[in-house]
Amino acid sequence: MTALLDIKDLRSYYGQVQALHGIEFHLKEGSMTALLGTNGAGKTTTIRAICNMVRSTGTIQFEGKPLMGKSTESIVRLGIAHVPQGRGTFTTLTVEENLQLGAITRKDTKVIASDIEKMYSYFPKLKERHTQQAGTLSGGEQQMLAVARALMLRPRLMLLDEPSFGLAPLIVRDLFGIIGKINREDKVSILVVEQNAQLALEIADQAYVIETGRIVMSGSASDIVNNEDIQKSYLGH
Amino acid sequence: MELFINQVLAGISTGAIYACMALAVVMIYQAIDHLNFAQGEMAMFSTFIAWQMMQWGVPYWWAFILTIIVSFLGGILIERLLFKPLAKAPVLTNVAGFIALFAIINSVAGLIWDFTIKQFPSPFGSSPFLGSQLISTHQAGMIGVTVVLLIALFLFFRFTRVGLAMRAAATVPESARLVGINTSWMIALGWGMASAIGAIAGILVAPVVFLEPNMMGGVLIYGFAAAVLGGLSSPLGAVIGGFLVGIFENLAGTYIPGVGNELKLPIALALIITVLVVKPNGLMGHTVVKRV
Ligand SMILES: Nc1ncnc2c1ncn2[C@@H]1O[C@H](COP(=O)(O)OP(=O)(O)O)[C@@H](O)[C@H]1O
Ligand SMILES: [Mg+2]
Repeated sequence: MTALLDIKDLRSYYGQVQALHGIEFHLKEGSMTALLGTNGAGKTTTIRAICNMVRSTGTIQFEGKPLMGKSTESIVRLGIAHVPQGRGTFTTLTVEENLQLGAITRKDTKVIASDIEKMYSYFPKLKERHTQQAGTLSGGEQQMLAVARALMLRPRLMLLDEPSFGLAPLIVRDLFGIIGKINREDKVSILVVEQNAQLALEIADQAYVIETGRIVMSGSASDIVNNEDIQKSYLGH
Repeated sequence: MELFINQVLAGISTGAIYACMALAVVMIYQAIDHLNFAQGEMAMFSTFIAWQMMQWGVPYWWAFILTIIVSFLGGILIERLLFKPLAKAPVLTNVAGFIALFAIINSVAGLIWDFTIKQFPSPFGSSPFLGSQLISTHQAGMIGVTVVLLIALFLFFRFTRVGLAMRAAATVPESARLVGINTSWMIALGWGMASAIGAIAGILVAPVVFLEPNMMGGVLIYGFAAAVLGGLSSPLGAVIGGFLVGIFENLAGTYIPGVGNELKLPIALALIITVLVVKPNGLMGHTVVKRV
């Protein structure tokens, strides 16, 4: 069986500085895969490389098709939704316009309205504020909006960059609950980047650990949770 | 009192032209964060195209529509050929590009149509509007066209997907790409629309200032003043700014001793500087509400 996403020998550069040194991993259809690592390890760079937002070499295949060299927008149009670090909210536009933008490339315009309603059922707070400027939302609400906006693409694969960042623990629980549900019920494959390893390993099935631009460990989430090195360096036991 | 009303009305009708130019300026500023110094020359060139068509016997409104279409395509072409390659270049390189474009269009127009002034017809005529001596039918027409244009733009940006995509690309380009918007084409589209709007401004002002290659110089400065006053990010602000600048210019010329026609231009410049100092976001500029 071929992987949904298959990455080999990925090297990425910021100017002269090399941030990734030959990353290799794959993600199975339907999987929820976690990419763990400390600050500066190269997690964001990895998922930015998938969308061609940083200069890279190597091979990245999505459903067997090479992504390397394609523009960011055409990669997104293949069904890869990216929730960027910092959320990427269109702050001057309304909440509802942000959601419409998530579906801006879709041809099936008739069902977009019902998809927006579906997002409101996942995140009722967004419905309450649907006419408000998105910049007025709290951090947690903006994160929900970013996830909802990504889902409006009806993606095959969703890339989430530190969805828990800066959020209160209770809100994080909610959000991860919904992310898990989206993965199971809507069959969206997910690659989630997290510094909060504990949290990510609870909902992921596979996990990779990245350190200074290299994958140093991989396996099922349960193997990783039980690994002694991981417990020491990432889970604080 | 009659003089005052007269001057205000005259101000509103010249203001309509400034408003159109300001709309064009805002359109490109939104797309690329630069003021296009060649905007006026592009408008002038478009007006010559309309004039040429009419010389060939094309009826006024057909020439009007065809010129808008040609200008729209021309604006896109200029962006693709000249400014897309400069997208990542420093500000000064872009400014040099605008000035080069200005000079090229100006001399090409002079070469083709020479520098003698030409009469340009008005579809509205110049009789008193509704029997009033205060305002002519052409002036009323200019105001009407500007208002219709503003409403059309509002509807476009508010209710169409392309309009929404353009707004998204203008505000957060990276996020726009991440929802699949081709931001580069949105910029080209902005150029096309700006060029088409400029063409309308040129065609409307030509019966008043007469057609010649330098006809838009002063108008563009006022257009900049209007756009800055309106906030550079808001079409509505640009139009209100245009009307205010027009009124202000006329009243200053009438009531402030010593301000004749020669001093009107410095007044526009003084206005730009004052606005930038006192209210840098203009009257209607985005105040971005942020919560951390
Ligand atoms: N825009 C940038 N310019 C230069 N270096 C960068 C840039 N972004 C990230 N880096 C470097 O690349 C490495 C990986 O960063 P990043 O992928 O953001 O890490 P993570 O997301 O795992 O915290 C770090 O050493 C960081 O300093
Ligand atoms: Mg990061």
